[in-house]
Amino acid sequence: MITEIGHFALILALVMALIQGTLPLIGSLRANARLMALAKPVARGQFLFVVIAFGCLTYAFATNDFSLVNVAQNSNSKMPMQYKISAVWGSHEGSLLLWALMLAFWTFAVTIYSRRLPEEMLSRILSVMGLISVGFISFMLFTSNPFDRLIPAALDGRDLNPLLQDIGMIFHPPMLYMGYVGFSVAFSFAIAALIGGKLDATWARWSRPWTTVAWLFLTIGIAMGSWWAYYELGWGGWWFWDPVENASFMPWLIGTALIHSLAVTEKRGSFKNWTVLLAIMAFSFSLLGTFLVRSGVLTSVHAFATDPERGVYILAFLIIVIGGSLTLFAWRAPKVGLGSAFGVISRESFLLLNNVILTVAAASVMLGTLYPLFLDSLGMGKISVGPPYFDAVFAPLMAVGVFLLGVGPFARWKEASLAVLAKQLWPWLLVSVAIGVFIPLALGKWSAPVMAGIGLGVWAVLSTFAFLVTRVRETSGVGVLTKLRTLPRSTWGMLFAHFGIGIFVLGVSFVRTYEVTSEMRMQVGETTTVGGYAFRFLGVEGVTGPNYESSRGTLEVTKNGKILTTLHPEKRMYTVQKMPTTEAAIDTSIWRDLFVALGEPVGNDEWVVRIQHRPLIVWIWAGCLIMAFGGLLAATDRRYRLPAPRREMASGQALTAN
Amino acid sequence: MNSVLSRLTFVLLSFCFSFSFAYAVEAMPASDDPVLEKRVMALSDELRCLVCQNQTLADSNADLAIDLRNQVRAQLKEGKSEREILDYMVKRYGDFVLYRPPVKASTYVLWYGPFILLILGVIVLVIKLRQRRKTMDQIPALSAEEQARAASLLNDTGRGE
Amino acid sequence: MHRYLLPLGIFVALAIFLGVGLKLNPREVPSPLVGKAAPVFNLPQLHDSNKTIAPENLRGKVWLLNVWASWCASCREEHPVLVELSKKNIVSIYGLNYKDKREDGLAWLREFGNPYVASAYDNAGQAGIDWGVYGVPETFIIDKAGVIRYKHIGPVTPKALEEKMLPLIKVLNNE
Repeated sequence: MITEIGHFALILALVMALIQGTLPLIGSLRANARLMALAKPVARGQFLFVVIAFGCLTYAFATNDFSLVNVAQNSNSKMPMQYKISAVWGSHEGSLLLWALMLAFWTFAVTIYSRRLPEEMLSRILSVMGLISVGFISFMLFTSNPFDRLIPAALDGRDLNPLLQDIGMIFHPPMLYMGYVGFSVAFSFAIAALIGGKLDATWARWSRPWTTVAWLFLTIGIAMGSWWAYYELGWGGWWFWDPVENASFMPWLIGTALIHSLAVTEKRGSFKNWTVLLAIMAFSFSLLGTFLVRSGVLTSVHAFATDPERGVYILAFLIIVIGGSLTLFAWRAPKVGLGSAFGVISRESFLLLNNVILTVAAASVMLGTLYPLFLDSLGMGKISVGPPYFDAVFAPLMAVGVFLLGVGPFARWKEASLAVLAKQLWPWLLVSVAIGVFIPLALGKWSAPVMAGIGLGVWAVLSTFAFLVTRVRETSGVGVLTKLRTLPRSTWGMLFAHFGIGIFVLGVSFVRTYEVTSEMRMQVGETTTVGGYAFRFLGVEGVTGPNYESSRGTLEVTKNGKILTTLHPEKRMYTVQKMPTTEAAIDTSIWRDLFVALGEPVGNDEWVVRIQHRPLIVWIWAGCLIMAFGGLLAATDRRYRLPAPRREMASGQALTAN
Repeated sequence: MNSVLSRLTFVLLSFCFSFSFAYAVEAMPASDDPVLEKRVMALSDELRCLVCQNQTLADSNADLAIDLRNQVRAQLKEGKSEREILDYMVKRYGDFVLYRPPVKASTYVLWYGPFILLILGVIVLVIKLRQRRKTMDQIPALSAEEQARAASLLNDTGRGE
Repeated sequence: MHRYLLPLGIFVALAIFLGVGLKLNPREVPSPLVGKAAPVFNLPQLHDSNKTIAPENLRGKVWLLNVWASWCASCREEHPVLVELSKKNIVSIYGLNYKDKREDGLAWLREFGNPYVASAYDNAGQAGIDWGVYGVPETFIIDKAGVIRYKHIGPVTPKALEEKMLPLIKVLNNE
């Protein structure tokens, strides 16, 4: 019964989305106020029905309703409740419903936080979002219905993949989707502006907070995915350049470029076309990611049910949305004005240089991910493009970017001088280089990449302090604390975000070069030393979990004779899917992770144990969280929270006539 | 008396021995030659497992992966170079088995593309910036009235970053 | 004006590639050995460990090498097809019993039929590696000169046999 309600709600949501996607748009083109006024209530209606549908599916999982195909395939009565809930989005169909939920949620948010937007603009924005919803909901209803019945109902379910029965599964997809899908707002703003033919600084100002919030969720989502892979997969890798990982990373790179480009357009009204194009590209990459993950075109450990038939549907959707928006862009963009000028060396040009680097980086990731497909479709053989390629190409690009990120904030708007910049920054640069060279030498293991990595990470961190110092020195007559307090939040946002990148780069550089792995054969009572810590093996015992059997090892960790902790790595066998997993035991601290995994037993009471010492690895995800926090600060800057002073401003008058 | 003493001695001695065993037993490495093993893993990291195609040969536990790792180990022991071992794999499985795509005519775009794109991007940017400067210089200046109005509008656009 | 069409142009090219990609199988690994001499091996026969099989002894005729094992479920799918084929005397079928136990392999053939002139017993799997075997079953077509001319990955289906393999065998037989 509940299932039927859910199914029906989804159909109603589709109807709402259809209305939302067409009538307000038509109303905006014909200046029909009644049709435009439909946008908000209909959009909210769609949100309501999607929530109901999602709620019904969740209810089905929570109550073990195995008469639903989706529940029977992805759940089991013995599974702990929190995983039954997360299993809702553990499948292709369920995760599509999550997509639709996020999209409906962002749509709802737009209906609420849009008091300052003129009716015309708002109705176009909501219509575009409505059309996207139509695409996803109809995709579900016609090809991937989460409410399909299983007749006769199963007695029990096939269980969720054991790798997904984890806290990471609870948070990673929702965060990721909030980000991915959130770029649809910037996309819709861009399309609405192109339709209206009015592209100006106000458009950029409206788009910015939405883009930043989506970006920060995507940052958290990707970081969570990486952290989850690290502790769940058992061998400590945290990024594999897997096609699905890349599919989430490409929108992130473009989204970062977009945030920076919006700053230029908002400040100068310049490069509007480029910013609009980036806004279209960010969401397009999100959609491309959806295609790659669900169509079977690329192999990935992440890929959902790979069904070329579904792939055709998504490709058609891609062609309509992306092809349509790029056609609109080609048609309307030339009419847009130039905006004001700025120097070849200026804050604006640094921001645009950032754009060039990030866009080239995104293009490289796409090139590497799709190249095997390109060659194969041309009949030129099959190759693989893996981490060695991406590391070789991506790292140098990012190195340039990280260097520039320290310089950019110091450049004046409109006109800056390289000589002045050099004068301000050379001491900090010197210190960064010195530390970058010194630390590897002191640690006894050095190479150009690690020195560059540490140097750049320190540079990014120091540059944020340098910025604060310079700002404090520049404004005179007020106390230091007041000066700091009066800095706008968006400036703090930038500082935290750049600081976060520095932390991230330091984490990556240290872990890659200085991590130590040791694989030992251990009998009860034996000890081994890794990275200055002594690990004593105390044996393995059998343990029964709710839906698994486990061999649970115990290792005592001591340093300088003092017992630090006891670690319990496990080898589990999940009873329903008969799938073994390795649960590593990790002791985390700000300076290092101690990572212990059980290997295979070797004869009488001897086990292979893998122990790893990973310095600064937490900095990788801490850096991402700091970045996201920076985004939060920037998005909640005062000027986005103040009411609009003048309606004339808001009606989108172009600032430059051309 | 003798037997009690000898029994006592036995107990004392075993006490001593058990203490020293408890604190001095170091585990042995899982492989016979850890240095070689590191080389095996480093090389296996460059190779793709053909069965579990989303793992490196180093990480995979598939039967074929274990066999191929053994091959790598045996050949390294024989003194073969890394290039030779990679060629051995490619001869049997094709370029697909390499995670680092070979640089050949069909992959020039892959390897050189990003770098060329970067150079192009920077050049285009600089050209556009210079062009824009020239165009702006040619536009007639605003009247005093227009300037005042522009200033008041611009004030509102925000002083933020 | 034209440069604004560039993004659309790039996307169209991309969409075409993606569309073509939907028809391809990214997991299939084509063999680099097609067109090259069959890798050498000299293995004991499954049914008689005193006798050996080696590709060089099979020069002068067209033959199939079918890689199979008793633990392989898909092999059971293709086996009737091979048994049928062996009765038609179009081509000799040799087996490569890959990473199997001798008794298991023999029992399996007794139960499901033996289409093979002889089966090579590759317990260690070294011949398999040399032939680029990565998944069982796989079937190779070797010509009279001892050159591998075709590799079929996965179970041999009647369709694959009719459309791809038999026509090639016919051509090779006439060489």
